[in-house]
Amino acid sequence: MLAYIIKRILYAIPILIGVNLITFMLFFMVNTPDDMARAQLGAKQTTPAMIAAWKAEKGYDKPLFYNEKATGTAKLTDTLFVNESLKLFWFDFGLSDANRNIAEDIRARMGPSLAIALPTFLIALVTNISLALLLVLFRGSVLDMSAMVVAVMIMSVSGLFYIIAGQVLFSKIWHWVPISGYESGWSGVKFVLLPVAIGVFAGLGSGVRWFRSIFLEQINQDYVRTARAKGLSEIAVLFRHVLPNGMLPILTGVVVIIPSLFMGSLIMESFFGIPGLGSYTIDAINAQDFAIVKAMVFLGSVLYIVGLILTDISYTLFDPRVTL
Amino acid sequence: MDIMNQGPLINIENLSVSVEEERLLDNVSFDIARGETFALVGESGSGKSLTSLAIMRLLPEAIRVESGDVKLRGKSLFALPEYEMGHIRGSRIAMIFQEPMSALNPVMTVGAQVEEVVRLHLKLSRAEAKARVISLFKEVSIPNPEVRYGWYPHQLSGGQKQRVMIAMALACEPDLLIADEPTTALDVTIQAQVLELLEKIKKERGFSILFITHDLSVVSQVADRVAVMQKGRIVETADAETFFKGPKHPYTRQLLKDALGSPERAPTPPAPSLLEVRNLKVHFPVKKGILQRSSGVIKAVDGVSLSIDKGKTMALVGESGSGKSTLGQAILSLVPVTEGEILFDGVNLVSLSKAQLQPYRQKIQVIFQDPFAALDPRMRVGEIIAEGMESLGIGPKSKQARREAIMKLLQKVELEAEAIDRYPHEFSGGQRQRIGIARALAVEPELIICDEPTSALDVTVRAQVLALLKRLQEEMGVAYLFITHDLSIVPAIADEVAVMQRGQIVEQGSVAEVMKKPKEAYTKTLLAAAPKLPETIQKGFYDHSVRP
Amino acid sequence: MTLFFLWTDILVWTLVAAALLGGWMLLRSPVSRQKWVTIFRSKIAMASVIVLFFYLVFALLDSVHFKVDKPNGGTPIVSLLDMAMAHQKDFSERTYSAPFATHEYTKSIVVDAKGVSTQRYLPLKYVSSGQMLSGSIQGLLTGALIAVFLIGIHLLWRAKGSVGAHFKAVMHGNTQLPWRTAYGVFALMTLLLAWLYVMSFSYHVLGTDKVGGDVFYAALKSIRTGVLIGTLTTLVTLPLAIFLGVSAGYFRGWVDDLIQYLYTTLSSIPGVLLIAAGVLMMQVMMDNHPEWFASTIERSDLRLLFLIVILGVTSWTGLCRMLRAETLRIAKMDFVTAAKAFGVSKWRIMARHIVPNLTHIILISIVLDFSGLVLAEAVLSYVGVGVDPTMYSWGNMINQARLEMAREPMVWWSLFASFIFMFILVLAANLFSDRVQQVLDPRNAQ
Repeated sequence: MLAYIIKRILYAIPILIGVNLITFMLFFMVNTPDDMARAQLGAKQTTPAMIAAWKAEKGYDKPLFYNEKATGTAKLTDTLFVNESLKLFWFDFGLSDANRNIAEDIRARMGPSLAIALPTFLIALVTNISLALLLVLFRGSVLDMSAMVVAVMIMSVSGLFYIIAGQVLFSKIWHWVPISGYESGWSGVKFVLLPVAIGVFAGLGSGVRWFRSIFLEQINQDYVRTARAKGLSEIAVLFRHVLPNGMLPILTGVVVIIPSLFMGSLIMESFFGIPGLGSYTIDAINAQDFAIVKAMVFLGSVLYIVGLILTDISYTLFDPRVTL
Repeated sequence: MDIMNQGPLINIENLSVSVEEERLLDNVSFDIARGETFALVGESGSGKSLTSLAIMRLLPEAIRVESGDVKLRGKSLFALPEYEMGHIRGSRIAMIFQEPMSALNPVMTVGAQVEEVVRLHLKLSRAEAKARVISLFKEVSIPNPEVRYGWYPHQLSGGQKQRVMIAMALACEPDLLIADEPTTALDVTIQAQVLELLEKIKKERGFSILFITHDLSVVSQVADRVAVMQKGRIVETADAETFFKGPKHPYTRQLLKDALGSPERAPTPPAPSLLEVRNLKVHFPVKKGILQRSSGVIKAVDGVSLSIDKGKTMALVGESGSGKSTLGQAILSLVPVTEGEILFDGVNLVSLSKAQLQPYRQKIQVIFQDPFAALDPRMRVGEIIAEGMESLGIGPKSKQARREAIMKLLQKVELEAEAIDRYPHEFSGGQRQRIGIARALAVEPELIICDEPTSALDVTVRAQVLALLKRLQEEMGVAYLFITHDLSIVPAIADEVAVMQRGQIVEQGSVAEVMKKPKEAYTKTLLAAAPKLPETIQKGFYDHSVRP
Repeated sequence: MTLFFLWTDILVWTLVAAALLGGWMLLRSPVSRQKWVTIFRSKIAMASVIVLFFYLVFALLDSVHFKVDKPNGGTPIVSLLDMAMAHQKDFSERTYSAPFATHEYTKSIVVDAKGVSTQRYLPLKYVSSGQMLSGSIQGLLTGALIAVFLIGIHLLWRAKGSVGAHFKAVMHGNTQLPWRTAYGVFALMTLLLAWLYVMSFSYHVLGTDKVGGDVFYAALKSIRTGVLIGTLTTLVTLPLAIFLGVSAGYFRGWVDDLIQYLYTTLSSIPGVLLIAAGVLMMQVMMDNHPEWFASTIERSDLRLLFLIVILGVTSWTGLCRMLRAETLRIAKMDFVTAAKAFGVSKWRIMARHIVPNLTHIILISIVLDFSGLVLAEAVLSYVGVGVDPTMYSWGNMINQARLEMAREPMVWWSLFASFIFMFILVLAANLFSDRVQQVLDPRNAQ
């Protein structure tokens, strides 16, 4: 088990290097630092001197991969690639373009992100699975059919509308919850309620359909026929046989996103003014702060890979056929 | 004994079921007496499994019962509310299925799966239930029952899984056991063990069995009475003895005749050798870990030597996993050979480059087991057959002439020439197998590897395909390497036979020698395990029937 | 006036050509023809396709551009749709007005001749009131005429033998395909559009936005953006996904390792961030190359093109993974072994046996992705990495409308218009893709 985890972590390294290369190419090779300087300073009256000064300030004045001017190993290390990309490996995110410590910002903002994302995730999971099981129990009935129609309709509306409609109804018209903002601790619950409710509802359509299709696929398997031939009631068949087997495809789809919950939701946080990583990212994109975007890309990839490893581990817990 | 125990155990009365407008079961009636083994025989799609599901009231939702009733000890099952039917299922009537692989829940220990039914119907405590499960495991001869109790299905072999299913079925001492093709997915030796086990337990406990199968020789071993189904109808019911002596219905007669197979083939004059395999080894590396280190090998074929003569048939017999299919693939140069030689007309195929191999691709061809996987569903029959001709440059070059050649070929395999423009899905399994044969013949091969070509076919179709293969051999002088697990067809088709076990050939020789006077223990076991129709009946039957 | 092709115009017409060709090739085989007949046998699928067809027509009308020489100099680029909507495109009000309003939504301070300033609702400039009834009658009549004419032509074309008998069969719903539903939806859509169109000469049927632009026109123009993102992205995705997926699954070994590495790496980067990074870089690049485009419309078109490419390049991994798995399965099938035994070359096996047997997965993924991409456009525009802010798109409309909802009283019609237009498109696409999946997915065949 431990050996397997170590192996997986080693295997993640080339992937992270790949992620680094991709971001590096995007940020430094598609456009030269000169281009970025011009874009940042305003395309018009930029003198070469201003560009050079901007680059020097950001540390973008080094060559990409190979520094001829440096000596010894510094030829390879005193380069943009090492300075800007490889150091991400030890979570050294450096300073943002607005000269803030990115790592500190990230630490401070993970909490609020989780406060929204985690409850949304858990409530959605439980609701979706329960509703899906209910529909599978009544499969083919009017209830099932009409629920599927409603699910498609829920899926067909952009999440933005749910947020806007939710804010208008619950905050602006009925004044049940504040329209936006955040506080830590229990007093913050009122800020969290609406985004969580909207998040759960917006995902209901696709979620229920997905879980339902997983369970329906199981219900046609031979072992379910065996279970029925044993004399088990339909509910017992569902909970004792279909659900545990359905857990396997569910794990594949669900566990992988758990670590990414830290990243928060871009839209939700920005609409509700939650000071989490999602809104951090959006602000960075709007301010064209490349350093932050780069850091978030790397962080996102790391969390995704952690998710993949967790998925594999969860398989060993639920599927006796898989051993590590 | 009260009066209720006098009549038959279960009556199936005028049962009809349909899906949409199509009638799937039509007025099916039979009863099963106490302690009787009742065999329901039929080809695929005849409705025999459907009958068993209808008895259990487990029909798929789309299928509805039109009329009829099932009475257990005189009590209508169809009239029961669902929860009471739940007390019957698994308790009074139990069931075992064809695929022990998929019939068990993969994420639950086998012990828990059997325990579930015990606790459900007998309301035992956990400890009592466990003790009972272990004693059941002992009864069905599962070794080390205490340990196996905590195992998952994937850790057990196919035969052991079927034993678990039997244990589950016996758990509540049912009155009726429905066995739906319980041994079809198993190797012959395992099949013999499972049948023996069923027989033994039935004797001890005295329940009734509804035995569903397509295999008449199994029927002759187990059944007290037999009913034959065709297209949703029962065409003949009789007790086993009279049934095998003289079936009345023409369909039944045909079925029995085809099951017997054609008579042994007459010895053919000796011919020069065509293919010679010398000490062939095919090993597959087992890769492990992130660096894909080879941590061992699977010796699929491990030192095989055999030779096939021009225009002759060599039967390659073995159980699943014996490496017989891999050997066929190696001769086709489709898997890398680890060691050894394959000499075709004296040329070692193993040493040839890809380009040099091309002419030999024409000389060695293949026919597959699964008629549905063997033909590309998106190509017309004409395109399928033309593919090899185009690739290898065989036959006429002009489009029209090639088309005519293909149509002629189709007629040769007893299909309509018009089939050329149709798609595979429009044909039945047997017809598809003929298309597969035509595809192989199109490039005028000298050797055809027949990889279980008849094992997915019903017995009547199987007889037709075998006759076709035989006729083609006589007409075209092509040699066959006939890979099969079915010993019963060997005498009818083969000149030589080789028996394979764990990658090696344990015995080979002429059919007469090997089948009648086997030397090796494994061959003897195989022959003994294969269910046979009674010898006397075979003889009697041939005397009355006239073969074309 | 000369024909002018924007980059995306070229692509969209290429796509239309490719779709027609692909459709023709697909329908040659009776197997897939039968499948498609089965798909369309569902009334919901038929109705959805008619709705999608209307969207497509608008997108295509908006993809034929002309360079018009104006007498006062300047050569604006306008599409066929712009020409048809010229009465709304070229004239705008001062500010917000509600649907069918005759006056502005907010009071303005007016200083009259005497120098007294009053707060009044100013009348709208381009609205002719009192046309409600006559306009409606005119519009509905026009719509009815068009619908009857087109449906009539189709009836004649479909009728094999007696037209009367065919008409009866359609009316009783006794045709193989649910033509009655199709005609019904078609007539309904035509009536609605004709009414809206005729009314748009007299009113702002969906109101006006902050700077007085007609919301109905904006919503119609947004169709092209949404449909293009939904379809053209697939055009970028497909070749990548098919080539890499099939190669990985068929060649195995190091090719497989490399391709798997590639897609694991790409899919490990959160999608929105990768798109955002790509779009940010593209912006910088476009800022530094102003010579690439001559006008705002070309600029926003180029940005749309880049966005589509970025979306495509970041979203092929899912399909690639599926195609790889399916290729692994098919490559083990006997008919591939048979081809190998005939010495058929690898590339030929891939082209003749593997790819044709993947079509159902590819088709399912095309229809499945479409609605997701349309919805994604809105989110990306909100994040600031969507289409150009000057471009008409539902995302941009929602983005602006968001602030309008905070006003007192609320300005709801921009949001409403984008909601309705998007919802109908996405709903139709989802319903259709459901049906396609249900019929084409072999796991559902029982």
